[in-house]
Amino acid sequence: MTNTVIDIKDITVGFSGKSGAILPVLRNVDLAVAQGESIGIVGESGSGKSTLALAAMGYLKRGLRLLNGSVSFRGEDMFEQSRPGLEKIRGGELALIPQNSGQSLTPTLRIGAQIIEALRLHSALSPADYQAKAVELLGQVRLPEPETIMARFPHELSGGQQQRAAIAMALAGEPHTLLLDEPTTGLDVTTQAHILELLRDIAQERSMAMVYVSHDLGAIARVCDRVIVMYAGEVVLDGTTRQVLKSPVHPYARGLLASIPRLADQHLPVALDGRPPAPGGAGQGCSFVDRCALAKERCHVERPELSQVDSGELVRCFYSEEAQALSLVGAGGVPVEVKSDAPPALTLGDLSISYHSPGLFDRFLGRQSIHVATVDDIDITVGRGETLGLVGESGSGKSTILKSIAGLLPPADGSIEMAEGEALAPAVENRSPDHLRRVQLIFQNPDDSLNPRHTVAEILAQPLKLYFGLSGAELNTRSAEILDRVRLGVHYLDRLPSQLSGGEKQRVAIARAFAADPEVVLCDEVTSALDVSVQAAVLDLLNALKERQGTTYVFVSHDLAVVKALSDRVAVLYQGRLCEIGPSEQVYATPSHPYSEVLLGAVLEPDPDVAPNLATDDVVESSPPAQGCPFQRRCPRKIGQICDTDTPPWQETTNGHAIRCHHGIDELMRLQAEDGSA
Amino acid sequence: MLRMLLRRLALGAITVAIVSIIIFSGVELLPGDACTAFLEREAKGKLLENCREAQGLNRGPIERYLDWAISAVQGDLGVSANGQKSITELVGNRLKNSLLLAASSLALGVPLAIFLGVITGLWRDRPIDLTLSTLAIFAMTIPEFVSATVLILVFSVWLGWLPGIVLTPAHAPAIEFFPEILLPVIVLTMVMTAHILRMVRSSVIEVMAGDYVQMATLKGVPYWRIVFRHALPNALLPAINVVALTVAWLLGGVVVIEVVFNYPGLGRMIIDSISDRDLPVVQAIALIVATVYVGVNLSADLLTMFANPRLRTLYMRRK
Amino acid sequence: MTITAGSRTQNRFTPIVQVLRDVVARPSGAIGLTLVCLHLILALISPMIVAYDYKATNSSMMLTGPDAAHWLGTDHLGRDVFTRVLLGGREALLVTGVATPIAVTWGGFLGILFGLVGGRIDEVLMRFVDAFLSLPWILKMLVLIVTFGTGVEVLIPTLAFFYGIPVIRIARAATHDVIARDFVSAARARGHGRMTIIWRELLPNVLDTLMVEGAMRWSWMLLAFSSLSFLGFGVSPPTPDWGLMIADARGFMSFAPWGVLGPVIALSSLIIGINLTADALAKALGIDRAQKAPV
Repeated sequence: MTNTVIDIKDITVGFSGKSGAILPVLRNVDLAVAQGESIGIVGESGSGKSTLALAAMGYLKRGLRLLNGSVSFRGEDMFEQSRPGLEKIRGGELALIPQNSGQSLTPTLRIGAQIIEALRLHSALSPADYQAKAVELLGQVRLPEPETIMARFPHELSGGQQQRAAIAMALAGEPHTLLLDEPTTGLDVTTQAHILELLRDIAQERSMAMVYVSHDLGAIARVCDRVIVMYAGEVVLDGTTRQVLKSPVHPYARGLLASIPRLADQHLPVALDGRPPAPGGAGQGCSFVDRCALAKERCHVERPELSQVDSGELVRCFYSEEAQALSLVGAGGVPVEVKSDAPPALTLGDLSISYHSPGLFDRFLGRQSIHVATVDDIDITVGRGETLGLVGESGSGKSTILKSIAGLLPPADGSIEMAEGEALAPAVENRSPDHLRRVQLIFQNPDDSLNPRHTVAEILAQPLKLYFGLSGAELNTRSAEILDRVRLGVHYLDRLPSQLSGGEKQRVAIARAFAADPEVVLCDEVTSALDVSVQAAVLDLLNALKERQGTTYVFVSHDLAVVKALSDRVAVLYQGRLCEIGPSEQVYATPSHPYSEVLLGAVLEPDPDVAPNLATDDVVESSPPAQGCPFQRRCPRKIGQICDTDTPPWQETTNGHAIRCHHGIDELMRLQAEDGSA
Repeated sequence: MLRMLLRRLALGAITVAIVSIIIFSGVELLPGDACTAFLEREAKGKLLENCREAQGLNRGPIERYLDWAISAVQGDLGVSANGQKSITELVGNRLKNSLLLAASSLALGVPLAIFLGVITGLWRDRPIDLTLSTLAIFAMTIPEFVSATVLILVFSVWLGWLPGIVLTPAHAPAIEFFPEILLPVIVLTMVMTAHILRMVRSSVIEVMAGDYVQMATLKGVPYWRIVFRHALPNALLPAINVVALTVAWLLGGVVVIEVVFNYPGLGRMIIDSISDRDLPVVQAIALIVATVYVGVNLSADLLTMFANPRLRTLYMRRK
Repeated sequence: MTITAGSRTQNRFTPIVQVLRDVVARPSGAIGLTLVCLHLILALISPMIVAYDYKATNSSMMLTGPDAAHWLGTDHLGRDVFTRVLLGGREALLVTGVATPIAVTWGGFLGILFGLVGGRIDEVLMRFVDAFLSLPWILKMLVLIVTFGTGVEVLIPTLAFFYGIPVIRIARAATHDVIARDFVSAARARGHGRMTIIWRELLPNVLDTLMVEGAMRWSWMLLAFSSLSFLGFGVSPPTPDWGLMIADARGFMSFAPWGVLGPVIALSSLIIGINLTADALAKALGIDRAQKAPV
């Protein structure tokens, strides 16, 4: 293209390993970005995408070296530039929006000071105008009350606000090229959607060149014209967004797409087994050969080059025509069907949980703080063999509920019962061994939930010994059996967590939970810390285990598509209160609770033709209102005073689907049909 | 904000009170009492009785404690074991001299340590870092009396540049202690600097490798501006605490130095009074030292709270 | 303070051999460990290899310089300096070698206990601990020594007591770090008993920190011990001890420096050796330690 801004030619970047060998992080990567173009760089952890983005600025993390190739920005070689030259470009014409703004903004400087610093360095304004311009910038990124924000420190802002402030700071230099390194990771669903819309608008208004790095294909679909897929430090696919996301011609890209759960799916996503090679671990052949369904002899010995196919994309594969035949849908498992008249496995009655208890000083001073319960008024019954999904954003109380069921956080009020009215003692210390065995909890972060000092064998031995009194040969046999069921070989028994990948660790955590032969398994965001392709494998595993043993799941996640893939029924929570509950099909369709509507509208599908529907602002509330509907402050369908004062009644449709709203069901259907929400 | 300040002051006062109780009980629990300790073999008969009366040992422990504590707050620290000298008088001069020594060392050591710490952090693994870090390790690990002795050997005995012993009397004005005070200050500074330097170094390294420094670099901020405006304010925050800890150490380290150099300060007085078994004096000095330590800690806490935006907003924006 | 698993294979209680190998792999560890071992060996075998009786005074041979017969000359009482230097570490190593494990054990025990108990009791007790730590070490020890006298029977418990107190804080902090982690919650949720959790989940992760702390404690203790001897409150003459020797010899430094240099080098090399080893140990175990001032 004519107006190339970023021109990266054949770069190889690497670091020196322990034995002195050079381990590459990027291999022979080309990237050309033209003015007005938005390019997405997609890859999982270890793909080198962040390194590539930073290299475009002439920056490499400590220990990395440019071994080959060149990086140019507007014709100037970024690695040959003098320091002042680089300083002029960075933050000026070429700006970066970082991944974690909470950590990327200097904690000791106020927001205003940091933006003014950018202005001072890169804008032509006179110092007297800095303040006003900074406020204007904050307004442009749609931050309310910009003057107040100017005086605040980064830690006083929410995640979404921090990210917007970082965007404002990047815009201060009037850049015509933006680099974005996973800018929405860690943000709530609705916040993500809003920030993306903002970025999209900004890019279009100013016809900027944009490089958007992410593992989230939904975000990429929304913002980018072209997409580059990276794997193990190489570019494996380069095409338009439509080409890459609708019909990719590289086996990895196809596998990646197939492994992402979508709202419209009727089945589980297809897992991509194995993991990417570590730097320097790829052999002489194709880096994807170990995981590729198409792998042939040639792939093991010869490394494919990027070549152009008829439709225009660049692919790094010998057999890309055959790749096109690979199914995107695949033979993914169908979730287990559950009869709606199954006997209850778990019942939550009028559950109320609170994190607050008055401190000594408060009591001493006679302060009677009115604390609104963190979670309140929860009545749910889960049938045996059923999977109940709990969805909500931060502050929804979903993890809190799981902790209470597990007994780690005794509820303030209400009851938790197992089948046939067996009440569970509120605190785990008071529960009978039988009850303890039948309810198991799996945590989000496998790095944290496995003791780094224990081998896998020891980890599995604990529930086996505790609940079944196994030892010796019997113990070993059973451990091996359980490992097999989570698709890990016997040789994993002697390994320590530090020697396992994220996906493998989570499987061990799942194995540990199932070793107890439980009736109810509580899953607390168990896929959220994993790479996209690994998530599918874990979901598949959970489903298979359920099929085999008829386990009941309570599955918590902020990812709506993931929840839908696995759940029979779904409950939507906002600020610790139930909004809607029912079979997943119905919850994900209209009529919906206004909050469910907002939530579903914000989901980003990896489909460039689907736009999100943003019904309300991404305000983050810190605590629920004392009375009335919990969604009263943000509801786009608010009726009026009644929402503030009266608790909304349950409105029922069919099959146990219920919505808690002052609107009637017909009213909701009408309103939502008008707006055409899906 | 004011409430928080008062609260901290109150906590500090309570800590001092607790320490005073510990000191007092500690001395109480020792076998015998101030008089038997002091008089040793001659602790009998009339001598013992007189001593006991002068010290007020006939009263119960709680009464004695309260009397001691209340007088101490007013500045009266009691009388020495031989019943003759007012402790406050004795201590006054010595305190001044020790403070002189400590303050000079701090004034020299802290800025130097921060400076060198920043340098070694920014130029990590280069020759200057390796040299300074090695020197720091030596200075930190070798006992002060050893370094003091070695320095006296080199600078006083062999080179003859500085006096190796302090002959100025206790009551002399501060200025007269120069140049005798130089070597003691150098030794104290050496050890102190080494500790603070290592800490500042690791803090600087951590901050410079962090996300917001990377962001500032990618924003085009010139290097030195990043160092002074973005990195150091964050890297030096923990230094405040370390300096406070060092002051605590200093209060103890000063003792050995004063003995080695014969410096007429509080430290030497402790040693002397312990040798003499003069418990009331020991008690009083312990209390003074503890109070100073608590005061320093309090200041460090408040300074940290003020300098760290996270804590500042927590306390100032509280409704 | 963060605790991360080391990079090598480790069992529940890190096997000593593997750790040693990691330590020696680093230059600081190799040097440090060599120095420490040398001193330990010397302390054990020196009585058998010395040429002179350390007590033997000789009024006609006072403060003579180094020569073939007396490699480091003689001291102010005519005793052979070299002999006394070789023997000088025995008392120090004995006292500190016994006191250190005791200090780490009782301090670690209480620290873990406080960390687990938490709540008000923990806060109140820590206030006391902090208040206690606010007194300079020398003061505290001298008071005890003065009352109970010097000698190994007093020094060991005294040192063990005072140097165990800072360990309480460290063990407590480490305990807090560990119990906040999910694997402990997981163990709780499974229904394991308190003692089981402490033994199986907590201890293995806290022990590493305690080991490194132990090495540092040893070094501080040696420092304190030699300072006490220097001041005259440690060992009593004629027992050879480096601190005491330096105190005796420094009066004659201007014309007889060898009496000072010998013990200075001996003492410094031991303490530096321990410090280097502790540093390498910390890195090998993956423990990130902030530098602290001695207490």
